[in-house]
Amino acid sequence: MSEAAAAHAHDEHHHEGGFVSTYLFSLDHKMIGKQFLLLSLFMMIIGGLLALMVRWQLAYPEQPVPGLAWVPEPYLYDGIIPPETYNMLFTMHATIMIFFVVIPILVGAFGNFLIPLMIGTKDMAFPILNMLSFWIAAFAGGLLISSFFVEGGAAAGGWTAYAPLSAAEVYTGVGLGQDLWIISLVVLGISSMMGSINYITTIINMRAPGMTMFRLPLVVWSLFITAILLLLALPELTAAMAMLLFDRRFGTAFFLPEHGGEPILWQHLFWFFGHPEVYILILPGMGIASEILSVFSRKPIFGYRAMAMAMIAIAFLGWVVWGHHMFQSGMNPTMGMAFMTTTMVIAVPSAIKTFNWLGTLWGGNIHFTTPMLHALAFVSMFVIGGLSGIYMAATPVDIFIHDTYFIVGHIHYVVFGGSIFAIFGGIAYWFPKMYGRMMNETLGKIHFFGTLLFFNITFFPMHIIGIGGHMRRIYNPEQYEFLEPLLHWNEIMTIGSIGLGIFQIVFAVNFFWSMFAGEKATQNPWHANTLEWEAPTPPPHGNFLVTPTVYRGPYEYSVPGEKEDWLPQARPGSGVAAAH
Amino acid sequence: MLPWLPENISTYGGDIDWLFRLIFWITTIVFVGVQGTFLYFLFKYRARPGHKAIYSHGNNTLEIAWTIAPSVVCVVLALLSRATWDEIKAEIPPVDVTVRVYAKQFNWDFIYPGPDGAFDTDDDLTIENELNVPVHKVVKLEMLSRDVIHSFFVPVLRFKQDTMPGRQIDGWFEATKTGEWEIPCAELCGFGHSGMLGYLKVHSDQDYAAWVAKRWSK
Ligand code: HEM
Ligand SMILES: [Cu+2]
Ligand SMILES: [Cu+2]
Repeated sequence: MSEAAAAHAHDEHHHEGGFVSTYLFSLDHKMIGKQFLLLSLFMMIIGGLLALMVRWQLAYPEQPVPGLAWVPEPYLYDGIIPPETYNMLFTMHATIMIFFVVIPILVGAFGNFLIPLMIGTKDMAFPILNMLSFWIAAFAGGLLISSFFVEGGAAAGGWTAYAPLSAAEVYTGVGLGQDLWIISLVVLGISSMMGSINYITTIINMRAPGMTMFRLPLVVWSLFITAILLLLALPELTAAMAMLLFDRRFGTAFFLPEHGGEPILWQHLFWFFGHPEVYILILPGMGIASEILSVFSRKPIFGYRAMAMAMIAIAFLGWVVWGHHMFQSGMNPTMGMAFMTTTMVIAVPSAIKTFNWLGTLWGGNIHFTTPMLHALAFVSMFVIGGLSGIYMAATPVDIFIHDTYFIVGHIHYVVFGGSIFAIFGGIAYWFPKMYGRMMNETLGKIHFFGTLLFFNITFFPMHIIGIGGHMRRIYNPEQYEFLEPLLHWNEIMTIGSIGLGIFQIVFAVNFFWSMFAGEKATQNPWHANTLEWEAPTPPPHGNFLVTPTVYRGPYEYSVPGEKEDWLPQARPGSGVAAAH
Repeated sequence: MLPWLPENISTYGGDIDWLFRLIFWITTIVFVGVQGTFLYFLFKYRARPGHKAIYSHGNNTLEIAWTIAPSVVCVVLALLSRATWDEIKAEIPPVDVTVRVYAKQFNWDFIYPGPDGAFDTDDDLTIENELNVPVHKVVKLEMLSRDVIHSFFVPVLRFKQDTMPGRQIDGWFEATKTGEWEIPCAELCGFGHSGMLGYLKVHSDQDYAAWVAKRWSK
C-alpha cells in the first residue's frame, strides 16, 4: 500500500469513538494488541491451574486435590482426579498454553502493538481484518473452554491428538469435546491467517521513509518471519484437522486403518505444521530478547545481519525437520537418518544467536532492570533447552528418551524458559508505551527471582526422571516398580510448581496495579532508539504526530563522539552511525 | 544425571549409553562455558558510575568461527549416531526366537509360534503381559496393535518402538542378563495408558527349555 492509500485507510477509522468502538471493536492496532494480551493472560491462568492439577496428581496420586471437593463427578471424585480427567488436564493445558497463550501474546499482542509503531506507520494495513482476527481468536478460545462442559468432557488425546486415538470416540470416550477441540483450532487458524497476512503486508509496504529491511529492529524481523511461518503452516494444520473431523463424524477413514487409512499420516501432517510451530513459539521471543539486551547493555546488537540471517535460516530449515518427532513411530529408519541430519543442522542457527547475545553483553554497560533480567534469563534458559535438543536429535539416544519426561523438560525450557520469560520481559519493557505508566521495579524483581528459582525447581528434575525412564502422560507413576527411585522428584517438582504459581500472583498484582496507579511514564523512559519511543506516551490513535524519517539502524548505542549513549533511529544527523 | 540411567541389559544398549555419555559431556562443557562466560560478562560489564559500553557491531571472523564450530560438532554427532542407529534399526541379525506382540487397550498380548516355529498355526500360544525369552539369543519382535498406537518400551533394553494398528513393525534385541523387568507402554493410548504394563522374563538356556517344555507339553 502506498503512503497515500495508507493515510486514506487510516482517515476512515480515525475518529473518537464510544466505549464499544474504543474498547471492544476497536480498529486501533494498539488496542487490539492489548485485547490479545488480556485474553491470553486470562487463558494463562486457566492453563496454569490445569497444570497444577496435573502436578498434584503426579506427586500425590489419587489423593484429593485440596479445595476441589466441590467439583462434580465424573470430573473429580471427592477431589480425586480419575485417569480420564487427568488425560483431559494435560491435553487442555498444552493446547491452551501453546495456542491461546504463547502464540496470541507473542504474535497477537506484541505483533499488533509493535509492528506499526516500530516501522513508523499509523496502523496495520487492514484494520478491520485485524479487529476480526481478535474476535475470531476469542471465539475460538470460548469454544475450547466450552468443551469442558459437554458430555464426555474435553479432549483427552494429547495436544498432538495422535490418530486413531483421537479419530474415533470409542478409544477415549470423548465425543463432542474432541470435535470442539478440532473446530476451535480450525477457527483459531482463520484468525492467525488474517493476522499473518496483515503483518506481512504491513511490514513490506508501510515502513517509514528510510526504514530499509536491514534497519528493522530484530523483533520486527522475528515477527515478519513468524507471520510467514504461520501463513504457510496453519492451512496445512487446518486441512489435517478437517480430515480428522471427517474421520470422526462423516465416515471417512484417512487415519483409521480398519478401513484402509493410515495413522502415521496424521503424524506427518501434524508435525509438518508442528515443527514450524515451535519456531513460531520462540522466534518472537528471540526478537524481544534482542531488543532488550541491546538497550540495557547500551550497546549495538552484536552481528545484526547474522541474527537476521539465522532467523531466515530457521525459517527454511524448520520445514525439513518434522520427522524428528517420529523417530520411534515406525517411519522408515532411513528417514530417521535424514531427519537427524537436518535437526542437527537447525541447532546451528540457534547456537549462532546465542553467541551473538553473549557478544552483545560483552563490553556493555549492563543495567539490571526488570525487562533486562527477564531477557537474560531467556538466554540462559534457552541454552539449556537447546542443549537438551541435541540428545533427542541423536536418534539412538532418542530411542530411550522419546516419550519420557526428558521431552517435557526440553519443551518447558524452550517455551517457558524461553518464550514466557521473553513475554514477561517484553511486557515490562513496553508497558510504559502500552499503558502510559511504569511497572513497579521492586515487584517486578520479586516476581522475576521467584519465577526463575521455582521454574528451575519445577522443570530441571524432569530431565533427571526422563533419563530414569519416567514416561510422559502417565496418570500414576506409583504403578511402576522401576520408577520408585524417582518418585521423590515428583514431589519436589510439584512443590516447585506451587511456588511458581504463587509468584505469578505478584505479576498479576504488579500488572493491574501499575496500569492504574503506576508512576507516569515519559516518552522514552529506557532511552531507546527504536521508533515506538518517538511516539507520545501512550500513543494516540494514529501513533505519530509526524511520520518519522529513519536515518540509521535500530541499535546505535554508545556511539563515540555522541553526547548521550543513545542515538535514535529518527534523529537527523551525520557521521559514522548514519551509515548503519 | 548419568547415574539415573537405568541398568542396561542389551547388546546394543552400551552403544546408546556411550553416545548418551558423549553428548552429556559435550553439552556439559558447552553449558559450563556459555553460562560461565555469561555470568562473567554480567559481572564485569555491569553498569557503574564512569563505566561506558564499547561501540561494536560485531566481528565477522567470530561469526564464521561460531558457525563452523557447532556445525562440526553436530555433523560428527550425526555420523556417530548413524552407526548405532543402523546397528539397531537397519538390519536384524540372524534370529533365534520370534515373538509376536499385539498391543491393545490396555495390555500386551504375546503370541509365541510354538514348536513349529510358524505363526497362525494350532500350536500358537498367547500369553498376556508376559514376554519369555532366552538370554544371549537374538529375539525378533513382530509388533502390531489391535486398536490405537501404543509404544513398547523396555528401559533396561534401551528398546522403544511404537506399535501401529494396520502395520507390522519388526524390532530385535539380545538380552545379556537373566531376570524380570517391566514393559510399560510409552505412548498415550487412552484412560488405561498408565498401568499398561507387561513383564520381560529373561531365562537362562536351561530355564527357557524347561519353560518351553512345560508350556507345550500337552
Ligand atoms: C536447538 C535446537 C532444537 C533441537 C535440536 C530440538 C530437537 C527436538 C527433538 C528431536 C524433539 C522430539 C523428541 C521426541 O519426541 O523424542 C523435540 C521436541 C520438541 N521440541 Fe525441540 N528442539 C530444538 C529447539 C526447540 C525450540 C526452540 C522449541 C520451541 C520453542 C522446541 C519445542 C519442542 C517441543 C514443544 C517438542 C515436543 C513436542 C511433543 O512431543 O509434545 N524445540 N525437539
Ligand atoms: Cu520439532
Ligand atoms: Cu499406552
